[in-house]
Amino acid sequence: MTTTSEIKPPNSDLSGYLGMDLLRFTTAGSVDDGKSTLIGRLLYDSKSIFEDQYEAIRATSEKRGEEYVNLALLTDGLRAEREQGITIDVAYRYFATPKRKFIIADTPGHIQYTRNMVTGASTANVALILIDARKGVIEQTMRHTYIASLLKIPHIIVCVNKMDLVDYKKDVFEKIKKDYSDFVSKLSKIDVQFIPISALKGDNVVEPGTEMKWYTGKTLLSLLESIDITHDQNLNDMRFPVQYVIRPMSHEYHDYRGYAGRISGGVIRKGDAVTVLPGGQSSKIKSIDTAGGMLAEAFAPMSVTITLEDDIDISRGDMIVKSDNQAETTQDLEVMICWLTDKKLQLNGKYYLKHTTKDVRCVIKEVQHKINISTLEKVEDDKTVGLNDIAKLSLRTTASLVIDKYEKNRNTGSIILIDEATNVTVGAGMII
Amino acid sequence: MKDYHLTHLKELESESIYILREVAAQFEKPALLFSGGKDSIVCFHLARKAFAPARIPFPLVHIDTGHNFEETITFRDDLASKFGAHLIVGSVQDSIDTGRVTEEKGFNASRNILQTVTLLDTIEEYKFDACIGGARRDEEKARAKERFFSHRDEFGQWDPKNQRPELWNLFNGRKNMGEHFRVFPISNWTEMDVWQYILQEKIEIPSIYFTHERECFVRDGVIYAHSNVIPLKPNEKVEKMQVRFRTIGDISCTGAVLSKANSLEEIVEEVAATRVTERGSRIDDKRSEAAMEDRKKAGYF
Repeated sequence: MTTTSEIKPPNSDLSGYLGMDLLRFTTAGSVDDGKSTLIGRLLYDSKSIFEDQYEAIRATSEKRGEEYVNLALLTDGLRAEREQGITIDVAYRYFATPKRKFIIADTPGHIQYTRNMVTGASTANVALILIDARKGVIEQTMRHTYIASLLKIPHIIVCVNKMDLVDYKKDVFEKIKKDYSDFVSKLSKIDVQFIPISALKGDNVVEPGTEMKWYTGKTLLSLLESIDITHDQNLNDMRFPVQYVIRPMSHEYHDYRGYAGRISGGVIRKGDAVTVLPGGQSSKIKSIDTAGGMLAEAFAPMSVTITLEDDIDISRGDMIVKSDNQAETTQDLEVMICWLTDKKLQLNGKYYLKHTTKDVRCVIKEVQHKINISTLEKVEDDKTVGLNDIAKLSLRTTASLVIDKYEKNRNTGSIILIDEATNVTVGAGMII
Repeated sequence: MKDYHLTHLKELESESIYILREVAAQFEKPALLFSGGKDSIVCFHLARKAFAPARIPFPLVHIDTGHNFEETITFRDDLASKFGAHLIVGSVQDSIDTGRVTEEKGFNASRNILQTVTLLDTIEEYKFDACIGGARRDEEKARAKERFFSHRDEFGQWDPKNQRPELWNLFNGRKNMGEHFRVFPISNWTEMDVWQYILQEKIEIPSIYFTHERECFVRDGVIYAHSNVIPLKPNEKVEKMQVRFRTIGDISCTGAVLSKANSLEEIVEEVAATRVTERGSRIDDKRSEAAMEDRKKAGYF
């Protein structure tokens, strides 16, 4: 492997840091279920909050006459959010332990929650779903779980929060666990784990606490540190969307023509027989180049530059795949779309479409049905698609796309739609 | 199967390189905003990697307040000549001289906020349609809401409540005439990631990031470098201190920290142990709780 650094750090702490991996997770919950408090608790107990940040929110909590230091204040970044006590937009938070670096996509619970949760979920390895122990599994829980499943987040952790308000009773936790498992069995298979917590008091977040001796599993942080994410990437089907063609035009690299991009799936090796889609020309991988030197192999999600044995016409938007494992080339797509804007979807309307590094236009041929995300039932009598709606569409593109199904590869199976008049991103689609 | 996984620094690097190449592919006239601080130095390093063995396909733009640490300017010029990069300097002094902005007065006067006008004028003069910056989401709470591809209207304004959602690795850089984008390739990096990366890649940085003896004075708990741009109050006295800078802005708004850290390893250890954010020493953020949000809305970095 050529991915480790060449520097040997002077002490073990540093080598630990340089060897860490990265986990992205998103949080979902309804209003007042303690989501911001939980994130605040994770940051505070893992010592990721600095003294000046803590002092600022302590002073604000005191000014507002609140009994506890309101850890939720840490995540509300905009003036309007602080004034109105609400979260408007996805906020990203960062913390690290000696084992992992974490990126949290913190999505608000109410306004535009589907749009925001879909955004946060699109890159997440893990979804944290919060349930208020007093309320149990409610409609919101099912919606959040459905979205996590639709976006193919590989792992779900269900945090049964506010256990302090139900006297830390085991049977309350077990009942919620059973109710949730019954519901989730209707969805495609997901890795689900359950933890009883109190974000306010800190039980089972970073430290086990003293009140739930009956729970012998991991704390939330310990689980986040240990979940195996090496198989979250598709490492079987090599996909290389060409992003940019590098031509130095210099004396030293006179004839150099490199195809730069980020590997979207699988492993590339020098000498592999490859096909360039949608054109269909064949060649072999001559070299895998990086600024640090050539590699014998590279894998998703590395950014590299490859050169081919043959001089063929390739440009941005083409996809290089292995000749014995090709992707589908088509102009007709079926997608599950999440609509992101107030302006309704126009049937037979035209939109810009982005897929990997390819830009085309498309027309919406049909709205097959919408999904009622509370009951998971198909809605066939009302086909207007507005903000936060999820629907199955057929569309046709002006040029061929090289695609995989979303369930096979989140990178080559996803699209966005852009309004031609306003340039706003209006739809997020998963190819089925 | 072999264990194919990346360290977090390699994954962040790969993401940032992807963003930089996306900028080169989607925009006609991008520029890299370069202050000579560590974050813009890391962006420059990533850009070199993204386009190797070709040169970086865009110029460096420095918005110069005229109140710089000499070491930073020397470093900037050396770097541009070493790598053959095209450097464009937008001068706040010129904006003052031509009456575009009025200099602040008083003991805490700063040219920080004036930079916005110079920056927007420079963008207009050169018709840049995408400006790459080294801002990170962990730096400040308004920046935590920022996109990788951040749309700016014809007045250069940021509308935080109405941003385009960003999903997967699909970045929408479409815009109308006169609008532009700010692009932040290291959005997902923390201060610690930046230092670790500088250590891992052996990246050169200006000498004032390391410990040195300097004439300083203390005001409102912040250690300032003594210079001719900040007038002393009668009770303030200058003394020699052993300091370094954790973040570099212009002299009037950058605080120093007492430190003996003399190597990248020592800086990393110091950052790991510190309990105050790096922007705790940035006076520009202390003007109000929403100081950064307000400046960003107006078109600041």
